[in-house]
Amino acid sequence: MVTMQQIEQERRTTLKGSVQVEGLSVVYRRKQYENGVLDSIQLAIQPGEFVCLLGPSGCGKSTLLNVIAGFIKPSSGYVLVDQTPITRPGADRGFVFQQYSLLPWKTTFQNVEMGLRIQGVSKAERTERVNDYLNRVGLYKHRNSYPHQLSGGMQQRASIIRALVNSPSVLLMDEPFAALDAQTRHMMQELLLSIWDDLKTTVIFVTHDIEEAIFLGDRICTMGVHPGRIKSEIPVHLPRPRHFDDTLSQDFIDLHRRVFDCIREETMKSMEAC
Amino acid sequence: MTVMVSKPSPMGWVNQLAMTARTAILQNRPLRQLLSLVLFFGIWQILSSINFHFIINFQFLPSPLEVFRATIKFMTGNPWIHFWSSIQRVLWGYAIASMAGVLLGVLVGWFEVVEDLTMPPLEILRPIPAVAWIPLAILMFPNAETGMVYITFLGAFFPILISTIKGVESTLGDTVLIRVGQCLGANPWHIFKDIVIPGSMPSIASGLTIGMGNAWFCLVTAEILAGRYGIGYITWESYVTSNYPPIVMGMLLIGLMGAFSSWAVDRAARALMPWRVIKKQS
Ligand SMILES: Nc1ncnc2c1ncn2[C@@H]1O[C@H](COP(=O)(O)OP(=O)(O)OP(=O)(O)O)[C@@H](O)[C@H]1O
Ligand SMILES: [Mg+2]
Repeated sequence: MVTMQQIEQERRTTLKGSVQVEGLSVVYRRKQYENGVLDSIQLAIQPGEFVCLLGPSGCGKSTLLNVIAGFIKPSSGYVLVDQTPITRPGADRGFVFQQYSLLPWKTTFQNVEMGLRIQGVSKAERTERVNDYLNRVGLYKHRNSYPHQLSGGMQQRASIIRALVNSPSVLLMDEPFAALDAQTRHMMQELLLSIWDDLKTTVIFVTHDIEEAIFLGDRICTMGVHPGRIKSEIPVHLPRPRHFDDTLSQDFIDLHRRVFDCIREETMKSMEAC
Repeated sequence: MTVMVSKPSPMGWVNQLAMTARTAILQNRPLRQLLSLVLFFGIWQILSSINFHFIINFQFLPSPLEVFRATIKFMTGNPWIHFWSSIQRVLWGYAIASMAGVLLGVLVGWFEVVEDLTMPPLEILRPIPAVAWIPLAILMFPNAETGMVYITFLGAFFPILISTIKGVESTLGDTVLIRVGQCLGANPWHIFKDIVIPGSMPSIASGLTIGMGNAWFCLVTAEILAGRYGIGYITWESYVTSNYPPIVMGMLLIGLMGAFSSWAVDRAARALMPWRVIKKQS
């Protein structure tokens, strides 16, 4: 049996989960018309780091995440995860989608179990691990429910552990809480942080919510538009573990101001383009 | 005053009954469905008995009562051989069509090569009505029985094939579902069996339901080839001998069996897909 503690141990010793993005550009081609979405992105992420990508709509956050996941091929440049170049999607990079993405024909348990089943993990070990994770996010009771019987928050919790149960090097999250109400969103943020504290998986978290980025991240990379690029990197030195009350502290508010100024210019630019 | 309240007027009583009847009908689905049948046959009987003649002429049509009498006569004879012959033909045709339609549909939806190599001729054959196949069915098959199975097969095959293809294509087109599989480490086989097949199940199921109805739809055509037995055969035979009530009886029996077997397929499909939620306006 592999417990969360053992996974944590393993990660601490091997330091799995470094990400390096080198001179990455993505150009979408539509008949005779080229749309440069990302332009020479440079980004280095340490194992176990929690990085938030923050930027206005359309700046290419999802595109960058999709390239790291291996869903999209870059026009130039490359991505290394643990020194290995990315050519296609794989179980070493877990992904949490903005849309509810559980398979409707599988129960919560079966959805979370799927990755382990594909890897050929034995039935007994699968059950043990999946139940461990289901308990961790309070979904054990709902393990036999189908997705349509779960609330949006429950579905996203299941999606998160579906990715994490495979012990990926990196967890990629594309605005996973954007569709949730404010109350649920705060709960999910705290839950995510507490799981991350245990597992210390590298996380790349896309959001356009400044507060969310500060609350979660070790570092915030703000992105600019036309073309999409990393505009600034702002470290977040707020102490961990973080709680919702921390969002009212002076440090938090100062940081919010700083990030806001950084983003504003780009948001204006992206609005003018529309 | 008190007398008035404890003894409501006759009109009030009638109103109350009407109200109760109305709520009973509005609440009770089987009752509403039964009501639609009663209305259907009732209106038909009335139109027949007044010899209704405006655009549609009811003067020469058998009335429900005449059809009922013909049915009694048929049922007290030896009806089972007819039922059994027809059911066998339909089920054989349907079974082959289901297997071939789903299998080919999945392959066409999944592999472009298979699509290119099979669909052009099938698209040409698809619009040809079953009745046009009668002469060829006689030439193509060693006996009439096989020919009849072939005609019912044709009716069921195309809806099943097309629905399966569309189901597979639309699941493959769902980027998020496919990506979910990919970043769990799924290879094409996993994606096929865990995502594409379950994802196209609703569409395949509707193809199977429509196909079942269509197999019955083609029964009269098929049984033009029959020598002695079959519900479709009786219908056709009665037409040749200008005996009208049994024609309508045959039509209704085919309708009834078609509706029942479509319903059975639909039920079975729903039982296989407990994850689906269907919420309609009441
Ligand atoms: N498949 C595609 N083909 C062509 N252009 C695309 C495609 N996908 C995205 N784009 C373009 O790339 C740009 C960046 O899109 P992307 O989805 O990465 O933005 P985003 O930062 O995630 O925005 P949002 O916050 O709204 O999700 C957009 O201008 C969009 O029009
Ligand atoms: Mg996006």
